[in-house]
Amino acid sequence: MSAPPVLETEDLTIRFGGHVAVDRVSCKFYPGTLTSIVGPNGAGKTTYFNLISGQLPATSGTIRLFGEDITRLKAPARTHRGIGRAFQLTNLFPALSVLENVRLTVASRLRRGFDMFSMADRHRDVTERAMHYLERVALDKKADVAAAALPHGDQRKLEVALLLALEPEVFMFDEPTAGMSVDEVPVILDLIQEIRKQQDKTILLVEHKMDVVRSLSDRIIVLVNGRLVADGAPAEVIASPVVQEAYLGVAPAAAE
Amino acid sequence: MLDALLSGDYPRSRALSALLLLIFVSLAFAPFLFPGTVAYQTYSKICVFIVLVASYDILLGYTSIVSFAHTMFFGIGAYAVAIALRDVGTGWDAVLLGTGVGLVISLLAGLAMGLLSLRVRAIFFALVTLAVASGFLILTFKLYTFTGGDDGIRFSVPRELRPSFKLLESDLTGFDVIGFLTTGSLQDALFKVSVNGRVVMYYLLFVICTLLFLLMLRVMNSPFGRVCQAIRENEFRAEAIGYRTVYFRTVNVCLAACIASLAGSLMALATRYAHPETFLSFGVMVNILLMTVIGGMGTLYGAVVGASLFLLAETYLQNGLGWVHARVEGIPLLADVLTPERWLMWLGILFVLSIYFFPKGIVGQLRVWAQARRARRSAGGDGETAAAPTLGRR
Repeated sequence: MSAPPVLETEDLTIRFGGHVAVDRVSCKFYPGTLTSIVGPNGAGKTTYFNLISGQLPATSGTIRLFGEDITRLKAPARTHRGIGRAFQLTNLFPALSVLENVRLTVASRLRRGFDMFSMADRHRDVTERAMHYLERVALDKKADVAAAALPHGDQRKLEVALLLALEPEVFMFDEPTAGMSVDEVPVILDLIQEIRKQQDKTILLVEHKMDVVRSLSDRIIVLVNGRLVADGAPAEVIASPVVQEAYLGVAPAAAE
Repeated sequence: MLDALLSGDYPRSRALSALLLLIFVSLAFAPFLFPGTVAYQTYSKICVFIVLVASYDILLGYTSIVSFAHTMFFGIGAYAVAIALRDVGTGWDAVLLGTGVGLVISLLAGLAMGLLSLRVRAIFFALVTLAVASGFLILTFKLYTFTGGDDGIRFSVPRELRPSFKLLESDLTGFDVIGFLTTGSLQDALFKVSVNGRVVMYYLLFVICTLLFLLMLRVMNSPFGRVCQAIRENEFRAEAIGYRTVYFRTVNVCLAACIASLAGSLMALATRYAHPETFLSFGVMVNILLMTVIGGMGTLYGAVVGASLFLLAETYLQNGLGWVHARVEGIPLLADVLTPERWLMWLGILFVLSIYFFPKGIVGQLRVWAQARRARRSAGGDGETAAAPTLGRR
């Protein structure tokens, strides 16, 4: 990998009291690469995500984006610098319409938030872009429905639409297909595949379904008890003893 | 035109449109429809409180900021004008100076409060606002030489706003709606309206209040207003999609503070009197809260309906009960319950009932009903869209 890393964590650590949830994780993420982060429940995958996207402050260590130290930046600033995140537990604006959810995200990217005297509904460019992202996740027909009234699978799709609307450089998917019905999963996987094929985006994926991980990943890293224990090509990592023992051994049910 | 005025935010319920139109027309022609001093005080107060309650709704209903310091801003506006007119002079320059000083003080206090919400959240923030507001109330009582303490401040207003000032030489004719409805006599219902300073004052107040309300409607339907709603719905996610929510909350608090301050200045001008009890007391704060909730939070139109109904009930329930009492005098139990002295009890019962039957406030509930009716009507056509509740607008 000759290109410089887009995102880099160096000795990244977070401590909750005596418990070290993420322990000196150093890792570089490259453009055009989909890196899956796997590990048993409680291994610190989501916490690692929270540190990168800024929901949690690091105890020590450094996070760099395009070489810039972003460790002390708050979540909104990181978002504007190109880190986009879809959440594991659906995390939307429930009483607002599906379209409004996406439109808010588009307006944030265009930095229109402090526009106080124009009508939000008349920003045609914002609406058009929002509809475009809704089409990509096949939700355009439900644009006027309140987000809270959507079935679970559609809420997951909307979650992904919000991520797309941010047009990030780093896409972070936290179990994007969790709780989705079998026929809905391909919509999301195709989307991830599409972003991956653009070659210039960096994708981080936390996923429990091993078949998904195997088919999508260019690289897998393994976290166990907050430590990075394996890093490499999918076949080789999955076959390694440390993963067989630590990951499949601890949670065999989650492996399939 | 209407679209731009209402910022595309329509009542979305026929009953509500009718109600709002009724209130607007009544207020627009109030001096020509309702004679008497009590009526004058009531409709002036309704105009001011619509704006005051709406500015509170911006905080509570749109952004979920619970503050008990809203009367403080109302009081700052009122006292700034009162003190300016007492100490500087009775001209328009003093009015503008007082209003301006009130605005600046409110803006700074709002700024401090908004930034404070970065450190303390939710209930603790509410408690801090409560403490600050009580401090302010006590200061107003204690700083006797400056604020008049418990006596309040009586002051003179510019010549054009005094009752002795005549704008038109000849009187106009008004039509007493209530009198006509109760007596049924067309002749008795006509009354003379002298277009004096009081009428000028009312229309000044009415026009400014209308503009302020439309301004709030616009701001809450702007991209900024949408972000406020996003903060109410899910502040965590609003941060995650790139909004630094503390800035939005601060701007919002400042906006609400400035509008409340303007409302206070107007109210002081209209009553020519500033007193802690009418501008700063917690009774007023509780009333604002009740009007917001009864009208419907997060709708702005709720402020119009809530303030109108509440203040009408507060002023006229006693008389209304007397009227009813005279009609049921013979009936044993009913006559005892419906005596005018029991008006406070009936006011309480009305509030409880309104919260029970209109849990989303009057405006919220009317919209729910209107939407259910639309859904029923379209149920025959497209089953899928009818099944999922839509929000009725994009």
